Amino acid sequence: MGLWNAITVGFKEIWAHKFRSLLTMLGIILGVSSLIAMSALVEGMEKGSREALVAVGGLQKFRIETQPVPVEQRHLRDFATGVTLGDVYAIQNNAPEALKVSPEMRLEMSPTLAANGKTFRTWSTAGVWPVQLELMEHSIEHGRCFNEVDDELARSVCVIGTGIRDELFGNPEETGEEIIPIGQSLTINGYPFTIIGMFEHYESDQDRKVRLLRKAEDLARKEKGLTNVVTGPKRMRGWGGNRRGGFAFWMKNNTVYMPLNTMWIKLMSGQTNAPSDQRLSEMEIKVRDVTKLDLALSEIRNVMMVRHRGIEDFNFRTQEDWAEQINTFIQNARLSGGIIAGISLLVGGIGIMNIMLASISERIREIGIRKAVGAGAFDIFIQIVVESTVIAITGGLAGLVASYGLIQLIVALTPTDNAPILTIGAMAMAFGASALIGVLAGLFPALKAARMNVIQSLRYD
Amino acid sequence: MALLELRNVSKIYHLGGEEIRALDDVTLDIDAGEFCSIIGPSGSGKSTLMHILGCLDSPSLGTIKLDGVEIQKASTGELAHIRNRKIGFVFQFFNLLPKLNVVQNVELPMIYSGVSGKERRERALRALEMVELGNRLKNRPSQLSGGQQQRVAIARALVNDPKIIFADEPTGNLDTHTGEIILELFRNLSREGRTVMLVTHNPEIAAVTPRRIEIRNGKIADKVDTRLAGLDRKSAVVPAH
Repeated sequence: MGLWNAITVGFKEIWAHKFRSLLTMLGIILGVSSLIAMSALVEGMEKGSREALVAVGGLQKFRIETQPVPVEQRHLRDFATGVTLGDVYAIQNNAPEALKVSPEMRLEMSPTLAANGKTFRTWSTAGVWPVQLELMEHSIEHGRCFNEVDDELARSVCVIGTGIRDELFGNPEETGEEIIPIGQSLTINGYPFTIIGMFEHYESDQDRKVRLLRKAEDLARKEKGLTNVVTGPKRMRGWGGNRRGGFAFWMKNNTVYMPLNTMWIKLMSGQTNAPSDQRLSEMEIKVRDVTKLDLALSEIRNVMMVRHRGIEDFNFRTQEDWAEQINTFIQNARLSGGIIAGISLLVGGIGIMNIMLASISERIREIGIRKAVGAGAFDIFIQIVVESTVIAITGGLAGLVASYGLIQLIVALTPTDNAPILTIGAMAMAFGASALIGVLAGLFPALKAARMNVIQSLRYD
Repeated sequence: MALLELRNVSKIYHLGGEEIRALDDVTLDIDAGEFCSIIGPSGSGKSTLMHILGCLDSPSLGTIKLDGVEIQKASTGELAHIRNRKIGFVFQFFNLLPKLNVVQNVELPMIYSGVSGKERRERALRALEMVELGNRLKNRPSQLSGGQQQRVAIARALVNDPKIIFADEPTGNLDTHTGEIILELFRNLSREGRTVMLVTHNPEIAAVTPRRIEIRNGKIADKVDTRLAGLDRKSAVVPAH
C-alpha cells in the first residue's frame, strides 16, 4: 500500500469519527500551543533583559569602585587613596587589554538641578571624559558633547538626558512638542551651567512600540475631531516619575554629564593638590575582547595593586553577574515551561495511543479482511502509524494556529513590558515534536494490529 | 502437474495438553480449471482445510505446493503476498468494508499489489461488469441486497486474476433463489476455465460441482472423494431444493 493511500485512509478515519478525533487532537493542540506560547514568552523576556544589559554597556564594560579597606588592612587606611585619576592614566599606559578607560566623579549627595522655575535631583550627575559616552552607549541627538578644551578650561557646560529635559523643560508627550533646551541654562547646586547637548531618548523596543501606537491613536482621534486631553494633575503610579520599562533605561535618560575638571574644580572645590591625584568615585573600563575578560581583569588588578601599594581600597564590578542572572532566569523559565508543555504534549500522545487502541479493536474484522485480500503485516502497521501521525500532525497544525490566539490571550490577560516573540524555530520544534509523538503513539497499536491472526480476526464479531 | 498438491498435511492444535488433529494426514491434488466442493459437517475440519489451501494458515506437518511452489514454510508476509496474487476469497458474511463504496471494495486487493490508481479503477469496473453490478458503483455495501453484496465480493475475488477462488459457504447467508444465482455465477466462472473451490456443509449445493471432497474428523472420506467420471462437468445442474 502506498504512503499516499495510507494517508488518505487516515484522513477518512478521522473524518468518520470527527468528534472523537477532535477530542484526541485537543491534547496535541494544547500541548503544541502551550509549548510555542511558553517559548514566545521566554523569548520576549530574554530580549527585554538583554536590551537593558546592552543599554548599560554590555558585558565588555566593567567598573572599578572605591571601597573601604578590608579589616586586615585597617591600619593602612590613612594611605588609602581610593580610585584616582592617576590610576586611569596608569591603566591606559600599562594594561593593553583595557581598550577604553573613563574616570567618573560624582558628588557625595545627588545635586539639585534647577531651571525654568523647577528643580529636580538626580544621582546620575557626573564629571566625565567625553569617552564615557562611548562606554555607556550614549549618543547625542541634539547639540554636541563637551571636548578636551572644555575639560581643560573647566567650562560650565553639560549634556543632559531626555529625562532631565522632561522634568525641567517639559515632556513632549504632555506638551505635544519636542523641546530642545540647547543653549539654555541650568543650575547645578546653584552653579550656572549651559546645556550644550542632549542625548537621544532611550527606551526598550516594546516601549517604543507602545509610545508610537499611542501617538497614532491620538492622531486618529484628533482627525475624527475628538479631543483626548486629560486635564488636571497626572496620576503618578508609584515612585520614579512617569518611567516605563526598565530601570536601566530610566537611569540612562536621567543622566547629566559635565567635564571632569568642571566637576572637580567648580563643584568639589579641588580636594587634592596634584591634578593627577583627583579622587574619583569610580572608573569605567571597556575591554578589548570580551572573551579575555579574566585576563584583562588580572592585568588591571596588577596595575592597581602596584599603584595602591597593596592596599585593596577598590573593587571590580563587572556585569557578568547580571548576564548570568539573565541566563539563569531564562534557563529556568525555559526548563519549567518546557517541562509543563512537554507533559501536556505527552498526555496528548497518550490520548492518541488510547484512541488508536480503541480504533483497532473496533476494526479487528476490517484488519482481517484487509489481510485476507493480501495486506501484509507491514501494510497494516504502516496504516495505523500513519493514522496516528495524521491525527498528531493535524493537531499540531491546529496547535500552531491556536498558539497565536493563546499568545494574544496571555498578552491581554497579563500585559508585560516584554511582548512575547513568536519564533519560527519554536514553531518548527513544537510541530516536529507533535509529529514525533504521533509516530511513537502509533507504534504500539500498530504492532498489535499487525500481529493479529487473520483467521481469528475474520471470525471476530 | 496439479495446481494444488497436498502431501500428508496435518494441522495439530494443542488445547490444555490435549492434542487435536483438525486435519489428519490429508493428501490431495487439485488441478487447474477444476470446479470442486469441500463438504463436511461443522467441526469436520473443512474450514481448516480451506484455510490451509487458501494460504490463510500453515500446516503443522506435510507439504503443500501451489502452482509448483512449496509454501508450507512460508512466513505470514509471504502468505499474504500469495493470497494477494494467486487466491480470491468469497465468504459467507461477504466481508466487505462498510466504510468503502462498491468500487473501493473491489479495488482493495489491488491497493496491496501496487496497481496504479487508473488501472485499479479500470480493472474494478471490468470485474463489476462481469457480476452485472456496473450500475451500483458508488453505493455502500449496506445499501445493497445480500446477493448484490456477494457479487461485489466475487468481483473483489476476481479482480487480481487469481489462480484459484475459494468460496466459503457463499450461499449460507442468502435465500434460495439468490443462492442459485450466486451458484450459477460460480458455474460460469468454472466454464470460463477458472479453478473454483466451494466449501459447504450442504450436500445439495455440493452436488453442483463435478468433484466433491468430503471431510470427516480431519480426514478425507474415500468413498465420496471420487472424480465423478462420466459425468460431464457442463451437465451438472443446480439441484432443486
